[in-house]
Amino acid sequence: MTLLQVSNLTIEDRLGTALVDGVTLSVDRGEILGLVGESGSGKTLACRAMMRLLPGDGLAIRGGEIRLNGADVLAYDDKRMMAVRGREIGMIFQNPASHLNPVMTIGKQIAEGRRWHFGASRREARQQAIELLRQVGIPDPARRVDNYPHEFSGGMRQRAMIAVALACEPKLLIADEPTTALDVTVQMQVLHLLRDLRDRLGLAVILITHDLGVVAQTCDRIAVMYAGRLCETGGKRQVLGAPRHPYTRGLIECQPSSDGGVGRMVTIQGQPPLAQRFPAGCRFHPRCGRATTECTSIQPEMRVDPGTDNHAAACHHAVSVTNRGMVHGQ
Amino acid sequence: MTAIQGFAAFRRRVLPRESTLTAGIVILSAWLLVALFCPWLAPYDPIAQDPSATLLPPNPAHPFGSDNFGRDILSRVMWGARIDLQICLIGVAFPFLLGTVIGAVSGYVGGVVDTLLMRLIDIVLAFPFLVLMLAIIAILGPGLGSFYIAMAMVGWVSYARLVRSQVLTLKHRDFVLAARSLGYSHGRILFFHLLPNALTSSLVFAMSDCVLVLLSGASVSYLGLGVQPPVAEWGVMVAEGQSFITTAWWITTFPGLAIVVLAMGFSFLADGLGDKWGARP
Repeated sequence: MTLLQVSNLTIEDRLGTALVDGVTLSVDRGEILGLVGESGSGKTLACRAMMRLLPGDGLAIRGGEIRLNGADVLAYDDKRMMAVRGREIGMIFQNPASHLNPVMTIGKQIAEGRRWHFGASRREARQQAIELLRQVGIPDPARRVDNYPHEFSGGMRQRAMIAVALACEPKLLIADEPTTALDVTVQMQVLHLLRDLRDRLGLAVILITHDLGVVAQTCDRIAVMYAGRLCETGGKRQVLGAPRHPYTRGLIECQPSSDGGVGRMVTIQGQPPLAQRFPAGCRFHPRCGRATTECTSIQPEMRVDPGTDNHAAACHHAVSVTNRGMVHGQ
Repeated sequence: MTAIQGFAAFRRRVLPRESTLTAGIVILSAWLLVALFCPWLAPYDPIAQDPSATLLPPNPAHPFGSDNFGRDILSRVMWGARIDLQICLIGVAFPFLLGTVIGAVSGYVGGVVDTLLMRLIDIVLAFPFLVLMLAIIAILGPGLGSFYIAMAMVGWVSYARLVRSQVLTLKHRDFVLAARSLGYSHGRILFFHLLPNALTSSLVFAMSDCVLVLLSGASVSYLGLGVQPPVAEWGVMVAEGQSFITTAWWITTFPGLAIVVLAMGFSFLADGLGDKWGARP
């Protein structure tokens, strides 16, 4: 059942540049969607738009629809939006050190959500905070509840931030690169925690990341973004196993293999374009080995490969089940 | 102020860091004890006149001497601590509260509200501090109540500027975004999330502002617009004793010293707290 449906979302800056252009996504209950792309590809912006918390004052949602449980979130006034934030959609961030209030104890920050959204008493909220800390795997939560963020380690802070978000019992958790600032073993623990929460609470998660390894371990479905546009969406196995868009293929080939590999690491040549100089047509064409004149002028639509279950790509030369062998032979 | 600044610089070079805080706490607690227990500590009634003991220099019976009405200077200095500490605390609390709220709202809301409030601050600052104080007290009529009101109306600007600048930098911090993403209202975020982070430097400033308030309280009383005689207040005592300065130096000197020592106490505390919390007034 669809929890959040984003259609044709377009976000423009003051100059009218579409930093997020026609993005269409959906998340089901209990599903983990991986949103993948390079820095500056508009992943975070798209997710901030879902909470109506765009940074800066020049950015605005210029088109599209965001439907939460069928209701149009963009039509909500500030007061109704406040009831959506935290309560319906929660958010956790890359850098828990700066996203936790330095002068408030961890327990108070968790309890505040209980008190604000559920009207819990001080004592109830504290008990619930201890319980939430236990749930996210903080050892000795009854003592830790009175610690300040600086007394927690990096991994524990991320868990604490997850607990703060969970205190409001959201249906959807947007996790903006939650593991980027953590070392690998702690990364694994946090990802396990997210999967565990999905299994136990039926939480839907949008996991923003640029790490395909994280996606492979955690997500059910994947959406790949490049320069503000969606290039490929589909099931995890479809996208990672049989990428249809050249950019996705490039991303996968960039991953260093665990056995060391041979020779130089494969990279995608060139740089992602600046927002003010997005190329016409397909925004990936200057870096694409398969680009033709068609790619330089006509913007490709997202098209579902007919032979698959909702595996879509925005490419004039998208690989499909039927022509896969042919393109490989090129 | 230059004398105070020069003294602060001297003190910073000579005394180690933590001892400033200690010195401030010791001096202030000593004055607090004197103020609390002066009915038992003071050897005489501060307003009792003794015609047989006028203008006595310091002696075993009157360690600080006596004034032209035969009142004991030591007792008056001790009772004066009550009034002067009260002046410091109330005279700082009102501007602090007013300035903090105005500055916080101004910085957080921004836009037209911010511009208007900042111009208002510019207008208040355009007048010399004491002149504006005296004008307001002259309108309201002499007395401590008028002094507190005037202090609040003039003193809030420094706190407002300080808190505003803190809020301006803090409001773009990540934890504010996190609080927004949890659905908290702007008021809650401003007063429960931002202000506790913004208060450090204005608390430190409040401590050093105590000195300024103490001195203006004494100045206003000296000019006859604050505390009225015969109440024992240090500024009043200095004013009363000035006509005898050449013949009876002790009448002005001891209350003057009391002002200096109390001011030093607040100054030490402000400096020590500033070092401890990493904020400079």
